[in-house]
Amino acid sequence: MSLMEKYPKEVKQILAKYPPEFKRSAVMPLLYLAQRGEGYVTKSAMTEIARALDITETEVASIIGFYTLYHDKKEGRYRMQVCADLPCALRGADKFLAELCGNLGIRVGETTPDGTVTLESVACLAACDKAPMFQIQSPDGIEYHENMTIDRTMELVEALKRSGQEGR
Amino acid sequence: MAHILLRHRDIPNLNVFEVYKKNGGFEAFKNAVKTMKPEDVINAVKNSGLRGRGGAGFPTGMKWSFMDNKSWPHYVVANADESEPGTFKDREIMEQNPFQFLEGVALGSYAVGAHAAYIYLRGEFWQVAAFLDERIAEMEKAGLLGDKLFGTEYSLRIHTHLGAGAYICGEETALLESIEGKRGQPRVRPPFPPAVGLFGKPTVINNVETFANVPMILANGADWYKSIGTADSAGVKIFSLSGRVKKPGNYELPFGKTFRDLIYGEGGGILEDRPIKAIMPAGASSSFIVADDKALDTVLDYASVRTLGADLGSASVIVIDDTVSVEWVVNKTLHFFKHESCGKCTPCREGTYWMLNVIKRIEHNRQAEDVSMLYDVAKQMQGKCLCALGEFATMAVTTGIERFPADFGR
Repeated sequence: MSLMEKYPKEVKQILAKYPPEFKRSAVMPLLYLAQRGEGYVTKSAMTEIARALDITETEVASIIGFYTLYHDKKEGRYRMQVCADLPCALRGADKFLAELCGNLGIRVGETTPDGTVTLESVACLAACDKAPMFQIQSPDGIEYHENMTIDRTMELVEALKRSGQEGR
Repeated sequence: MAHILLRHRDIPNLNVFEVYKKNGGFEAFKNAVKTMKPEDVINAVKNSGLRGRGGAGFPTGMKWSFMDNKSWPHYVVANADESEPGTFKDREIMEQNPFQFLEGVALGSYAVGAHAAYIYLRGEFWQVAAFLDERIAEMEKAGLLGDKLFGTEYSLRIHTHLGAGAYICGEETALLESIEGKRGQPRVRPPFPPAVGLFGKPTVINNVETFANVPMILANGADWYKSIGTADSAGVKIFSLSGRVKKPGNYELPFGKTFRDLIYGEGGGILEDRPIKAIMPAGASSSFIVADDKALDTVLDYASVRTLGADLGSASVIVIDDTVSVEWVVNKTLHFFKHESCGKCTPCREGTYWMLNVIKRIEHNRQAEDVSMLYDVAKQMQGKCLCALGEFATMAVTTGIERFPADFGR
C-alpha cells in the first residue's frame, strides 16, 4: 500500500505546514512517516515521495544519506543509540558501552541474533547531565533513557524482545 | 532570586495551559498585538540589552530590526537543534516551560510581521516535538494562534519541523536548507537571513532560550531586564553544567557570577573533590581555559570570558579534572567534528578527516612531529571554512596544545 493510501490524514497535515510552492520541505516528515512500520525507507516509498514532491529519487536518497536518523535498510527492530560523546564519556559512557557490548554479546554496529536490538554509538543527544544515556529509535519514534545502569538496560532489552515477539 | 526562564522550578505544572495562563501567561502577547506597534516590541527588546543565547551573543532587537521591509512575507524560525556536546537547556525549557517559549516566538513573529513561524527541533527531540504540537493546538483552540487574533487583522501559525540527526543544522543557514527539504549544508553569506532567509524571504532566527526571555521583557519592561546581569551582558543565562562535577544540570544565573560560583556553588564541586584542571565554557567547540584561581574568579559574561582567550558561547560548561588528559578530550571532540562535518567546504571536510587520523596516531604512539602536524592542520583550517563549524573543530586542538603542552608530551 502506498504512503498516501496508508496515512492520508498525516500526509495532508504535513503538506499543509509549508507554502504550496515549497512542498519539497515535506520530504523530511514524509521520510519519518515512511519509516513507520518497518523502521527503514523502502525503495517504493522513496519513489513515491519523489513523485509527490516533484523532486528526483536521487534527491530523496541524498536526504536519507545525509541525516543519521533515516535508514535505507532493515536492521534491528530497535536501534539502541548510546551517546559516547565527550560530556557523557566524562561520566563513564565508554565503560557503559563496553559493558553493554559484553552483555548483549555484540559489537557496536551489530544486531542481536534475534534481530531485536542494533547497538550504535552516536553523537551528543543533549542529555549530558544524565549520563550514561541512550535513545531507542524504533519504527514508532524515539525514546530517551537517562541515568541508566547495565541492569536496567538489560531489563529493557528483555522487555523489547518480548514486545518484538508479540508484534510478529 | 526567582527564575525568569526556568520558572517551572518555582511554579509547579507550568507546562499546563491553565497554570501558565493563571500566572500572567499570554498577557504580553495579547497586549502587544492589541496595543503596540511592531516596532515598539522591537525597541523594547533592543532596550533590554538581550543578546542571542544560541552562542554568538548578537543583540536580538538589532537582528529583528534588520528585516528587509521591501520583501514579504517574513518568517520567524526558532532554533531548537541543540546539538553542541554539553548543551541541554533548550529541551528543559520546551518540556517544562513550553508556553513561555511559544509566547516568545509569537511576540517575535508579531514584531517582524511574520504570519508563520517554524520551530526546528533536532530529530532526537521527537517526543518534545509531539509535546509542543499539543501545546500549539491548545493555544490555537484558545484563540492565541490562528487568524485575526484578538479582533485585529494579525494572524499567526507556528509549526514544528523535525531534523534527523545532523549537528550542522544548528548553523542557521544549514537549518534553513533543512526546512526547505535539502541536505543541511550552510549557505554562503551574504545575503544574511534577515534579507534572504527561509524560502528566499527575510527571516529571523533565534535560539529557544532567547525567545523564552521575550515575554518576561515585555511584561516587566526593558529597564527591569537591563538591571539584571552586567553592563556587557544583560539579564540571565542558563548554564548547562556537565563533566566531572558532583551536580551536573542546568542552572539559571544572572550574568556576573563567577566560574567558581557555578562549579563549586551550584555544581557542588568536583567529583571525589579532585583538583579541577580545565574548563570548556562553550561545549566541544570551546577553547580550553586553564582552571586556575584567576579563571575561577572570572565573571561569567560575554566580555569577561573573552579575556581568558575563550568564548562563553551557549554557556555549556564542561568541567575537566586532573584524572582526564586533554589529549583524550581533543580526541573525543575530533571524532565528533569529523562525523558532523557536512562536507561542503574543503578545509573542514579534509581538515577534520586529517586531524582525526593524526590524533588517532598520537593516541597509539605519540610522536612530537605528529603533535606539530595536528597543530598545523588546525591552524591552516582557521579562517578558511565556510561556516563556524570548521572553526569550532580547531579550537580544542590549538588551545589544548598551547595551554596543556604536557598532555601532548611537550
